[in-house]
Amino acid sequence: MTATITNNDAHAIRHAMRAAERKRKWRAFFLVAPLALFLLVIFVIPIGALLQRAVENPEVIATLPKTLETLKGWDGSTAPSDAAYAALAADLGKAKGSSAAGGLARRLNYEIPGYRSLIFKTIRRMPLTGPDGKTLSDADIRTRLIQIDKHWSELPFWQAIASNNTAYSPYYLLASLDLKQNAKGDIVRAPAGTSAFLDIFGRTFLISAVVTILTLILGFPLAYWITTLSKRRANLVIICILIPFWTSVLVRIAAWIVLLQRQGLVNKALISTGITDAPIALLFNRVGVYIAMTHILLPFMILPIFSVMQSVPNTCQRAAISLGSHPFAAFWRVYVPQTYPGIGAGTLLVFIIAIGYYITPALLGGASDQMISYYVAYFTNQTINWGMASALGFILLIGTLLLYSLYRRLSGRELGLG
Amino acid sequence: MNTHKILCALSLASAMMALGSGVASARDLTVVNFGGANGDAQDAAFIKPLEKQTGKKIITVAYNGEQAKVKAMVETHNVVWDAVEVETGDLGRGCDEGLYEKLDWSKIGNKADYVPEAIRDCGVGAFVWSTALAYNAKTLKTAPKSWADFWDVKKFPGKRGMRKGAHYNLEFALMADGVAPKDVYKVLSTPEGVDRAFKKLDQLKPNIQWWEAGAQPPQMLAAGDVVMSTAYNGRIDAAQREGQPLQVVWNQSIYDLDYWVIPTGTPNKAAAEKFISFATSTGPQIAYAQHIAYGPVNKQAIGKLDSKTLANLPNSPENGKNALFSDNSFWTDHGEELDQRFTAWAAR
Repeated sequence: MTATITNNDAHAIRHAMRAAERKRKWRAFFLVAPLALFLLVIFVIPIGALLQRAVENPEVIATLPKTLETLKGWDGSTAPSDAAYAALAADLGKAKGSSAAGGLARRLNYEIPGYRSLIFKTIRRMPLTGPDGKTLSDADIRTRLIQIDKHWSELPFWQAIASNNTAYSPYYLLASLDLKQNAKGDIVRAPAGTSAFLDIFGRTFLISAVVTILTLILGFPLAYWITTLSKRRANLVIICILIPFWTSVLVRIAAWIVLLQRQGLVNKALISTGITDAPIALLFNRVGVYIAMTHILLPFMILPIFSVMQSVPNTCQRAAISLGSHPFAAFWRVYVPQTYPGIGAGTLLVFIIAIGYYITPALLGGASDQMISYYVAYFTNQTINWGMASALGFILLIGTLLLYSLYRRLSGRELGLG
Repeated sequence: MNTHKILCALSLASAMMALGSGVASARDLTVVNFGGANGDAQDAAFIKPLEKQTGKKIITVAYNGEQAKVKAMVETHNVVWDAVEVETGDLGRGCDEGLYEKLDWSKIGNKADYVPEAIRDCGVGAFVWSTALAYNAKTLKTAPKSWADFWDVKKFPGKRGMRKGAHYNLEFALMADGVAPKDVYKVLSTPEGVDRAFKKLDQLKPNIQWWEAGAQPPQMLAAGDVVMSTAYNGRIDAAQREGQPLQVVWNQSIYDLDYWVIPTGTPNKAAAEKFISFATSTGPQIAYAQHIAYGPVNKQAIGKLDSKTLANLPNSPENGKNALFSDNSFWTDHGEELDQRFTAWAAR
């Protein structure tokens, strides 16, 4: 007798299956939950916060709300109304003595240098009252403000306030690309000689690319040589690579300073062997940066390549030679392609680490060898312009992602570490 | 010994913070400075004598100039620092933003006794330091005399060390171009003046080796990497005490002050005022200048120092004759713009 499945049963089965499926999904979710949480906390949220900082523009709307209200329909080419002056005096009076005033002054000083002093000079005279302590009329407040500083009668100072009437602004991102918005709101290039971030981004990628190529040229033969050694000797060489790798970067940089300076070991050796008569400048220029960065990043190239090479069987190459191939052709066309995953991982690793370098160029390079991270640190620590630091960091991140996708397109492979 | 003391002070200070403001009114006076050799000199000249005089303990804390800490204390109304040494830039900003108490000069001292730069709304000068031309007497047989000589690569061949940044370098460039120290900021306030300074820097650019940390110039001079360098006078003095043949050219140097401030809302305000008054009075100022080559802010102390000590101080009558006072309000307004331009210029 065959069992017939009634409509009711089918429904129950479907229900049970769905419940089981849901349970399975939940279990899977709980298994990856720590990872998801980890990624969220250390990756998604910080990058989101970075992007937010790069476009956030809260100072003016938070500190001068009444002023912005009165400037709402202002065309920007005629003198602002008396009410705008009165609102400004009220807003500044409120901001007196609070940290908001500092933020506002700092933000407006980016727009027009000297704005900072103007704000504090004005705030110090707040609140404005007449000789008998009575409140002043709007027109009187205007006169008083212009008496305090005649800049308050100049349009650019008002345009700077009016143009910051949004909570988010592309100001920092544009500035990171040597661009800015003019009074009309069009995006234009920053005047020549005032900004050089595009050059610095270009330099950052160039230095990283050169260091990557240098580490590959040095690292590939070295890794290959290690694979040809006996296990004991290979271990010894690996330890020789790892000991400097475990040494502090600062110590290694200091060592390079000792070696490369004008009276250093390298120059002394070159002079005593008669290769040059005068010391060569190896320090505080691009050469010093390349040498030290290549040295510091070399293990990141050798280790992935070596780990891939270890798993490449020697037999293929020998077979090719026994079938009449030239040894070099066998090496180049049979062996090298099998190490591509290692080369890919090594170059990517070195390039991406190199992009973020700043202490090495700062200590061993000249003024024209600084990479973008130097300016991120500068804006973060020294000028406390976190908007600018975030914007530079964000653009560096975008540039790196673009290069990575280009790399994937060209090499046709996912990132694999060994 | 000293680290131990700082550790003790730090743990005590943090214990205070944990106990909260209720107990804070009964706590010892806490003095905050930048530590190092300068901290030791202050310890010997200000802290120890005042402890002896009043019989009350003073806690010293070393910090790195982070005003964020002061800001956090002031905003949470839990101030555990009483007298804090700050740099000029921070003084102006912090005063504007309400981080420091406005000073009551009747409690500090007679304004006429101080050098004029030491008197500010929220701060009293602590000492005078300077950025000057330094050279190695062993490599340079004839002594350079001015920034014009610094720029003269024919007469003095070799590299020059300069701090990476616009501040000081633009002033030096203008002085090398013949601007008198008293007119430097007047010229620099105009766009043409800035152009002129950068143009002058252009001439020297191939010969400049940039430095960033104050410890670098004496090292670069001693190693022969550069023949002349801009440098902080205290660092050169320290190298001289170690026997290095380094010399300072005081002509056209730029001097600046560090200041004492009182964080807003400290329960120890009266004791802090007393400390500042003591630290800026004649006796302690003389003792301080004898410990480290930073200049007194007290005019009488300058008058009473022996000629050997005076020769190393930025603001002695002889050394201060043709020196320029760093204009900090100019740099708070224009620092970012000029540094940006400097970066673009240096990258070319």
